[in-house]
Amino acid sequence: MNLRQNLGIALESLRANKLRSALTMLGIIIGVAAVIVLMSIGSGTQATVVSRISSLGSNLVFVRPGAPQQGGVRQAQGSAATLTMEDAEALNDPARAPSIALVAPEFSTGGQVVAGNRNVSSRVVGVTELYPDVRNYTVSEGEFIGKQNVDARSLVAVLGSNVAANLFPDSTALGASIKINRQQFRVIGVLASKGGTGLGFEDDVVMVPISTAMTRLASQRSVQGGRSVSVINVQVVNEQEIDEAKEQIAQILRERHRVTGEDDFTVTSQEDTLSTLTQVTGVFTAFLGSIAGISLLVGGIGIMNIMLVSVTERTREIGIRKAVGAKRRDILSQFLVEATVMSVLGGGTGLAIGILISRLVSGMTLNGQPLVTVVSPEIVALAVTVSAAVGLFFGIYPATRASRLHPIEALRYE
Amino acid sequence: MADATPPVIQIQDLTKTYYIGDLAVPALRGVDLTIQRGEMVAIMGPSGSGKSTLMNIIGCLDTPTSGAYALDGADVSGLSDDQLAEIRNRKIGFVFQSFNLLARTSALGNVELPLVYAGAPDRRQRAIQALDRVGLGDRINHRPNELSGGQQQRVAIARAIVNHPAILLADEPTGALDSRTSEEIMAIFQSLNREEGITVIFVTHEQEIAHHTRRVIYIRDGVVQQEEGVEAPIDAATLLAHRVALELESEESTSEVPA
Ligand SMILES: Nc1ncnc2c1ncn2[C@@H]1O[C@H](COP(=O)(O)OP(=O)(O)OP(=O)(O)O)[C@@H](O)[C@H]1O
Ligand SMILES: [Mg+2]
Repeated sequence: MNLRQNLGIALESLRANKLRSALTMLGIIIGVAAVIVLMSIGSGTQATVVSRISSLGSNLVFVRPGAPQQGGVRQAQGSAATLTMEDAEALNDPARAPSIALVAPEFSTGGQVVAGNRNVSSRVVGVTELYPDVRNYTVSEGEFIGKQNVDARSLVAVLGSNVAANLFPDSTALGASIKINRQQFRVIGVLASKGGTGLGFEDDVVMVPISTAMTRLASQRSVQGGRSVSVINVQVVNEQEIDEAKEQIAQILRERHRVTGEDDFTVTSQEDTLSTLTQVTGVFTAFLGSIAGISLLVGGIGIMNIMLVSVTERTREIGIRKAVGAKRRDILSQFLVEATVMSVLGGGTGLAIGILISRLVSGMTLNGQPLVTVVSPEIVALAVTVSAAVGLFFGIYPATRASRLHPIEALRYE
Repeated sequence: MADATPPVIQIQDLTKTYYIGDLAVPALRGVDLTIQRGEMVAIMGPSGSGKSTLMNIIGCLDTPTSGAYALDGADVSGLSDDQLAEIRNRKIGFVFQSFNLLARTSALGNVELPLVYAGAPDRRQRAIQALDRVGLGDRINHRPNELSGGQQQRVAIARAIVNHPAILLADEPTGALDSRTSEEIMAIFQSLNREEGITVIFVTHEQEIAHHTRRVIYIRDGVVQQEEGVEAPIDAATLLAHRVALELESEESTSEVPA
């Protein structure tokens, strides 16, 4: 008795009970399709997050105040104010930190932004003239904040594209006068939208000179007495030197802060952020997958149920086969092959349906965010393997029962 | 000469007891039976006397409770399920009263079945030969429900002989058939026995069918009660030829009436 004959018997018996086989397979079809769709959404989300973060520039390093936590996750932002403008200036030292290309400190706060009778609340970021180069911003109208603005603590602002659109729906923002926390600012530029490539909040921002932000919008002094910043954005000369850059930054800052024990700042690269996020989205994908896996399990139980019915119904057939010389393993493999064929056919159909659905879903938007799905070969392999394993596993019990039947009792069965 | 070839079946003090809950139902209570190679034997007895039980044990479909059973000189009483399956496959052909064909499978597929489990080559060709042997060479692709009872029983016989067994066992093979068809089945048995030397053992309730053999064994209450020798067994082929002649005659006489 070989596999080809068993396949023939299995297909014939499935054909003889078309409706029942189809209904049994439905469980597996739904299970596999669910696994494919949910996992593809999961890994699509992961891919989107990764590509957006990378689009910010993969040779970016962020220096933030506060001690590092395990796994690269920091305490709540601003829990300690230990970074100053002077720290930022110290990093801009080609001799001691040759791996650093650009340094752009920022000072973030929030504020109520008013223009005429319209107002929005927005992130307000104090920046230097290098900020657009480091964080990949471009100006669509007017110009960006210049060095002279920073030096002079000018009351000028550059609006993110969303803020500009909200405050000035009909006219140009350029040259207009706005109020941030009741201080009068003049709009000198509007940023180009980052659109779909960013993380979705980069256009909801107002930028002002960092000196202005520190003195007019908030007055916070660090322990060391300098003016404190929220983040120092550092662009590294190239991706290969990220680790060197991190080391150089740490050394300079440890010296300046006279650190003896734990660092009072955290240096994270884009890479670190990515790996944390990949971990998070990986957990998310696995979670979705396991929910879908439960439906696959239910499908497997359905197969076992039908196989048990089938064994009972075909008791006489089993008796006949045994009477003419079928051994236990012949009967066992016949029913195992049948269960596996059913689940693999169901798995294949589910795979096709799953891929189709994830294609359809791929164009849709959810909460304004476009849904991206990625059907990776790993997911396909997983779904097919799992469905075959489900058939095999849930087929074992019914097949064993069939193989143990006594020939005479089986022949006598009505 | 009897010493040279061992009897094909040698049974001593064979018992079989069924249990229904705690209740013991003795079906065989000490059967002694010896059958030589090439014999053709009929088994008779009242209903419930243990004929089927005995046939199932001879056919290795069931195992005895106690006693010795040697098939072709080899003891088979202690064999495992799979070893018995192997013996059923190679040495025994079994024909049932209710045919027991696979309903969704063609005549050819049914006859091929023992060869499939034997892993034999040339299955199709050998199955066609066996079907030819029972006169069904023109029905190989019919399914059981497209065949008459007699034709189904012939498919079952073809299946029983396809692997060239030493013995052919039949439990009431004509029980579901009319007398004419029964006679045809007997003709096939006799020819297999005479021309191919297959040992044939069958159970029947009809004296007339039993008298196609030289030896009739009577069973009662689970033991062999007596044996009867038949001087001149009926030859089924001759009888059938007679019948055909008689039918032709009667047809002629009826067609003469209007003239
Ligand atoms: N599986 C079983 N369980 C319990 N008792 C059984 C079983 N099979 C047979 N018997 C009993 O064994 C005895 C012999 O049965 P068996 O079928 O051998 O009779 P038989 O001679 O073939 O009868 P018939 O001519 O009606 O076919 C009967 O009393 C029957 O009730
Ligand atoms: Mg009987």
